[in-house]
Amino acid sequence: MTILVYAVIAICALVFACATIERAVKYARHPIHLRWELYPVPHEGAGRVAAMVPEILFLEGLWAFNRRLWLRSFPFHFGLYLIASAGVGLLVMAGVARLAGLDWLGAPVGQAAAWIVAATGSLGLVLALFGAVALLHRRATEPALRAYTTAGDVFNLVFFAAALGTLGAGYVTRPEGSPGALSIVIGLLSWDHSVRVPALLAAGLMSTAALVAYVPLTHMSHFIGKYFTYHAVRWDDAPLGRDPKMSAALAEYLTYRPTWAAAHIRAKGSPTWGEVVTTNPTDEGRR
Amino acid sequence: MTPRTRFSDLSRRDPERLLHLEPADLPPLPLDTTAPSRPFPVTRPIADTVAYALDDTRALALPNPKTREEEDELVRAFLSGMEKLFSRENNWTFLQPLVLSMEHCARCQTCSEACHIFESSGHAELYRPTFRSEIFRRLYFEYVKGGGLVSAWQHGSVDLDWPLVARLAELAYRCNLCRRCAQTCPMGVDNGLIAHEIRKVFSQEMGIAPGELHAAGSMLQLKAGSSTGMIPAAVKDNVQFIDEEMTEKTGTTIETPWDVEGADILLIHNAGEILAWPENPGAFGVILNAAGVSWTMSSEIAGYDAVNYGLWYDDAQMARVALLHVQAARKLKVKKIVVGECGHAHKALLVTADRLLAGDMRITRESFLTVLRDIVMSGRLKFDPDRNDFPVTLHDPCNMVRLMGIVEPQREILRRVCPRFREMHPHGVDNYCCGGGSGFAIMSGSGFRDWRSQVSGRKKLQQILDAFSDCLDPSIHKYVCAPCSNCKGQIRDMLAYHDLWKRHGILYGGLVELVVNAMEDVDPGFIEWEWR
Repeated sequence: MTILVYAVIAICALVFACATIERAVKYARHPIHLRWELYPVPHEGAGRVAAMVPEILFLEGLWAFNRRLWLRSFPFHFGLYLIASAGVGLLVMAGVARLAGLDWLGAPVGQAAAWIVAATGSLGLVLALFGAVALLHRRATEPALRAYTTAGDVFNLVFFAAALGTLGAGYVTRPEGSPGALSIVIGLLSWDHSVRVPALLAAGLMSTAALVAYVPLTHMSHFIGKYFTYHAVRWDDAPLGRDPKMSAALAEYLTYRPTWAAAHIRAKGSPTWGEVVTTNPTDEGRR
Repeated sequence: MTPRTRFSDLSRRDPERLLHLEPADLPPLPLDTTAPSRPFPVTRPIADTVAYALDDTRALALPNPKTREEEDELVRAFLSGMEKLFSRENNWTFLQPLVLSMEHCARCQTCSEACHIFESSGHAELYRPTFRSEIFRRLYFEYVKGGGLVSAWQHGSVDLDWPLVARLAELAYRCNLCRRCAQTCPMGVDNGLIAHEIRKVFSQEMGIAPGELHAAGSMLQLKAGSSTGMIPAAVKDNVQFIDEEMTEKTGTTIETPWDVEGADILLIHNAGEILAWPENPGAFGVILNAAGVSWTMSSEIAGYDAVNYGLWYDDAQMARVALLHVQAARKLKVKKIVVGECGHAHKALLVTADRLLAGDMRITRESFLTVLRDIVMSGRLKFDPDRNDFPVTLHDPCNMVRLMGIVEPQREILRRVCPRFREMHPHGVDNYCCGGGSGFAIMSGSGFRDWRSQVSGRKKLQQILDAFSDCLDPSIHKYVCAPCSNCKGQIRDMLAYHDLWKRHGILYGGLVELVVNAMEDVDPGFIEWEWR
């Protein structure tokens, strides 16, 4: 069972990383588009950070434009942030323990860190679980949302609720003396077979790992898409001319050969974009 | 109102329109109830003339296939266009933002309440900004991304047939492309862009676009030089007439310079101003001459008409017209192009076409708003703001504010010359579209004027009435400043439709007219308080 848990977590982490990178690379490789920004556009680094932090952490836009949804979505997302933070905290603690020895965990600093990580993760689980159920309830009861909700949308939220619920239940109900989250992470990093993970906690860990792997395969990968919708579209007002790479790219695009079929675009032969836009279709008509 | 529209309704083959609005369906306006607004719709049901009607109006003259084979051929053409829309070679221009908007909508409907058309229709489902996007998104996952059972389960599906395609084409013209919805989307998804891209499929692949925008719009501009049909000789004649009128009216000699090589500024108006509101280009002449600016107009093809309807429906047409504008400037060796009171022309030439203008096509392009602000604030002209002692409110053209970030210059000018200026709410980058955006202002047939006067422009009309709520008495003359030709046309049509000049003394006009009206060195009374 322990090896299975480790294997599922490792594979899912790998899938998450690969899917995230694949999606980000796909968007990054799209051609530079014509300008389509939305104002206000923060230009300086500090301005962008000032806009991004409240949006990412507190869903500022949703607070402003859809307060009812924010009441459900904010706990959900903030809970996920806390769970992720707890996960990172566990990895850091496990790493320190490997370097400094397990005694470090018994020291006041180690105990304080363990308490903070446990509190963060627990609060995160409660918030995210509440949010997932509340979002599901809203999708089921709000006519404006129900008509646009697919089976996949329902599955996604149920998956969140089930995985996080199982993880929380497994953690709370684990028998006395069974390994805690930190022990499991340390065991995972050292591939220690001797760690005995209780069945329900193992189910929670594996389903949560599967959830993590699943997210970047779906439209829920906002953490990737939103970076591009903001930085590469809404805030991208860079003019041509300052960036030689952009100039070179745009020059290349004008050599592409479009195949649009409408009479006013189609021309004899196979013209490039550059030739299409410098051709007057009314001249063509007169000829 | 007809019941809530479902996605499957778009495939219906019965002739009944999917949505019919009654006046009672629309949110009430703060109007004098003793003189009720005109009923809506006032035209005969559109279903009489269209095989698969969408609602109470029609923007397109769609093909009328006689057989299923002909229908299937059109559906294939649509799918072919869709595939091209998602290919690098065919749509590098907008591929990245489009794919992001296709793949990241959470269907949370946050955008819906930002849409003035959805709100003003009494929340008709058909006009929800996500409605058309969701149909297009489902088609994208099914036909462009490969589809399959898992995809249908994850993304949903729709039945693709000619009635759906025909109605989707119409539905792409029930969005003003104001992108207010995009501003509120927590993910950055842009339903306005999706409507724009759907229009492109129909235009660039199937040759389907509103006649006002294409045949009588961009094509006419490319052929004659202006979407008004004015050839260079005609525009020069008309402007000469305007010069004479302005000279007589202002007591200062106005002579528009034509084709002056090496001038600092090439001024390009929306040529519709020359025909419909000659006082606007006339006021520009008064200001630029009085300020001693080195400027010229061009009589080159398209060099005297800033409009660029391609911005709304066709990338090739947009690029072609933008290049003609720049070529006119290059020929005259001017230092910069200044675009007059036309919002979409600003957006097209200054922003959207920017990355197309490389090498020697690179020339400084500027809004008249910053040029005018600099003149007004420089002290070169003397003003008597008391000449503008009447309530003035400002309509923000979406293209200038939300889509270009030009918010303050027009306000600095108004605060300088209009002592009774008051804002609409909300305004600036949060403004509402006039309802004429993306070409609607020049589309009138098949009940379209009724629709935009009653539905798409309703929110703006409410804003105007709210801004003047303390002075609705018709004896108090009021001025809606709309520094954009299309917005001005839409506001003119709405004020006329609801008879608001007679009922409430509300007139409309541009920004330069207010500036000239306050100039000490010209005869008083530039703004004439009569309906036109």
